[in-house]
Amino acid sequence: MLWEKLPESKPPELIDSKGFRADGRRLDQLRPIKLEVGILDKADGSAYVEQGKNKIMCAVYGPREAHPKHIALPDRAVIRCRYHMAPFSVDERKSPAPSRREMELSKVIRESLEPVVLADLYPRTTIDLFVEVLQSDGGSRCAGIIGASLALADAGIPMTELVAACAVGKVQGKLALDLSDSEDKYGEADLPVAFVPNANLVTLLQMDGSLTTEEFEKGLGMALEACRTIHGLQREALKKKYHEMKEAVEEKEESEVVA
Amino acid sequence: MIAGGKRMDGRGPESYRPIVIQSGLIEKANGSVHVSLGKSKVLVGVKVEVGEPFPDTPDEGVLTVNAELVPLASPMFEPGPPGEQAIELARVVDRGIRESKAIDVKSLVIQRGKKVQVVYVDVYVLDHDGNLIDAAAMAALGALVNAKVGKFEMKADEVVVKPGRHALPLNNYPVSVTVAKVGKTLLVDPSLEEERVMSARLTVTIDKNGAICAMQKGGLSGFTVEELKRIVGLAVERSAENRAKVLAAAKG
Amino acid sequence: MVLVAEVKQVVAPGELVAEGDHIVGDNVYRVGNQIFSASVGIVEADGNRVLVVPLKGGYIPMVGDMVAGRIVDVGLSGWSVDILAPYPAMLPASETPGPRGPRRRDLSESFDVGDMVLAQVLAFDRTRDPLLTTKGPGLGKVSTGRVVEISAAKIPRLIGRKGSMIGMLKRETGCQITVGRNGVALVWGKSPEGERVAVEAIYMVEREAHMRGLTDRVREMIVKAGVVGEVARV
Repeated sequence: MLWEKLPESKPPELIDSKGFRADGRRLDQLRPIKLEVGILDKADGSAYVEQGKNKIMCAVYGPREAHPKHIALPDRAVIRCRYHMAPFSVDERKSPAPSRREMELSKVIRESLEPVVLADLYPRTTIDLFVEVLQSDGGSRCAGIIGASLALADAGIPMTELVAACAVGKVQGKLALDLSDSEDKYGEADLPVAFVPNANLVTLLQMDGSLTTEEFEKGLGMALEACRTIHGLQREALKKKYHEMKEAVEEKEESEVVA
Repeated sequence: MIAGGKRMDGRGPESYRPIVIQSGLIEKANGSVHVSLGKSKVLVGVKVEVGEPFPDTPDEGVLTVNAELVPLASPMFEPGPPGEQAIELARVVDRGIRESKAIDVKSLVIQRGKKVQVVYVDVYVLDHDGNLIDAAAMAALGALVNAKVGKFEMKADEVVVKPGRHALPLNNYPVSVTVAKVGKTLLVDPSLEEERVMSARLTVTIDKNGAICAMQKGGLSGFTVEELKRIVGLAVERSAENRAKVLAAAKG
Repeated sequence: MVLVAEVKQVVAPGELVAEGDHIVGDNVYRVGNQIFSASVGIVEADGNRVLVVPLKGGYIPMVGDMVAGRIVDVGLSGWSVDILAPYPAMLPASETPGPRGPRRRDLSESFDVGDMVLAQVLAFDRTRDPLLTTKGPGLGKVSTGRVVEISAAKIPRLIGRKGSMIGMLKRETGCQITVGRNGVALVWGKSPEGERVAVEAIYMVEREAHMRGLTDRVREMIVKAGVVGEVARV
C-alpha cells in the first residue's frame, strides 16, 4: 500500500470547561459572516457568502427561455437549483460527479426559496439557481440559501422576502448555534432551518441525530432568532453598493462646494 | 379536500389510511416486508453481505439504503437512474435508521478494519398513492426486524457463513410520520390527491423513546412555528401506534 | 394612508413601503393593510399609487414597446429576433414594409442573421411569444451607429420625466440617440468623440440611476469632456 493507513478520527473536545467552543465561540454565537452582492459579471444576479470557513458562490440566470422547451410551465417560471461542491472544497477530495447528497440538497434548497419567488410573473421561462461550494465548513446548505436569496434579488427577480437560514445542533449534550464542520461530524444532532420573517414561515427544516421534543422547540427558537439577525445583514448587503455610491457622490459634491 | 371534518376518503385529519403489513415474501432476501398504506404499496428487501468497512469507521458495519420508484408504480415515474424524489426518499429512510442507531453496527464486524457485514436496504415502490416515505420507512423497519442472517466467522483468511437464522442486532425502531398542509389544515398521511394540492409537508421520524431522529420538510411553501410544534406532537402519537403494528407483523 | 418609506429611498424585497389604501403599482405587493417591496429598488409615489422602480431587471415585453434586437434566424415566413427577453420574438415577413408575394423568396435579402433591427412589439401575452413589426416610422434595419446595452430596468431613467434626460443627452452631445425599451440604445454622432461621450453618459445614468441630481451631474460630465453640442442630422 502506497499510503499509510489514515489515523482513526478521535472526537476533539468540542466544548471546554468554561463553555467555549473549539473556535472560541459561545453556544449561542454565530460565526462571522461576510456577504457580497453582484460580484459576477455574466450571471443575472450573484452573491458570495463567507461564513466560518465556508466559501460559497451563488448565481442566478433568469428568467430565461426554457431549455429544453418541454419543461416549461404555461403559467409560471420553473425554478431549478443546482447545489454542487468543488472537488477541493472538503478535506478529502470529492469526485466532481453529483452525489446523492448534492441532489437532495439541490431539492431542499430550491424548496426553501420557491415560497418567496413571484414566479407567476414569468410564464414559460426558467429561473436557474446555482450554489457552488468552494470551501465547506458545516452549514453549507444554509449559507447557500443565504447567498441564493441575495442572488435572486440581485437579478431583479421580484420576491416577497429574502430567505435567511441557519443551523442549530447538539454538541456534548448542549444546543449550539451554527455548527462548524467538526461540530456537525461529532455532535449529536444537526437542525438546519430556513425562515421568512415577514410571513413567519419556515421553508427549510431538516434534522438528523437525536433531540427530545423540548430540545427541538428550544433549538428551533435559537435558529429563528439567528435567522432574523442574518436577514438584517442580507438586507444591508443588498443595499450596500447603492448607499456607498450615494455617499461617494455626496462627498464629492460637498468637497466641490468647499473648493 | 376536507368537508365537515372529513377528508375525501372519509378519514379525520389525524388518521392514517389502513395499513397492511406482510413479511417474508421474498425468500432470497434476508428479510422482506410489503406495506400497503391505503393504496400505496412499498416492498423493502434487506440483504446482508460481506464487505469492507469505511476507512474512518473500521469497527462498524455498513448500512446502505437505496430506493427505486419503478415506472410501473405510477404514470409519473420514468425509467432511469434515481431522480431527486427517489434519492430524497432513500436518504430520509436512511437517516431514520442511522440516526436512531437502530442497527448495532459494532456487532456487524467480522474482522476489524477488513471485513464487516453490509446491510443493504432496498426500497421498491410498487404503487404510488401518496406518502411513500412513511410506507417505505415502515417497510424498511419491518424488513430489518424480519431479517434472518447466518453466522459470519473468519476461517484462516476467509469469511465463512455458518448456517443459522439469527436476527440482526437491533437497538431501536424508528418510524416516520408525514403531515401535509392543505390550505390551513394539517393532514396526517396525505394521499396522492392531497399531495397534489398540498402547500408543504413535514416528515418527522421518532425513535422508540419518543425522541426525534430525523426531519424533512418538502413542498413549495412552509410552516409556521405553531404548525411545526403541532406536527411533532402528532408524530409522537402516531409513530407509537404504527411501530406496534410493524413489530407485530414483521416478526413473521 | 401612510408612506412608510421615503420617496427615492432604496428598499429591499420584503421591506415595508406603505400602509393604507394606496393603489398597488409595480414591484410591490399588499398583505392586509401593508404594502411591501418585491424588489431592490427605489420607492416612488404617483398620486395614490405606490411602486418601486427596480434597480436591476431583465426586459419583459409590453405591447407597443419599441425594441432593438438582433436577427438570430431566417425562416420561411419571417425572422427570429433576440430582443434580450426570456422569450424569443418573431418578426413575420407580413409585418415589414415592402413588396409582397412570390418575389419575396429570399428573406435574408431584407434582414440577415446578425443584423440589428428597430421594431415595435405588436402582440404579446402570457400564452405566446412576442410578435414584432417594422412597419412604422424609424423602424427597420439599423446599419450605423453604436449599440449600447444597459439594464432594461434603467431605461425609464435614461428617458427621464417627459424625456428630460434623453433630450439633454442629445443636445449636449450632438448625437442622435434612439432608446429601445428592452435596454438597447443606439447612438449616432457627427464625431466619434461625441459618440464616445454619449456612450459614457448612458453608462453613467445606468450606474447612478438611483441618485438625485443625476441630470445635472451627467450634463457637467459632458461639458467637461468638451464636446460641442449640436444636434446631428442623420
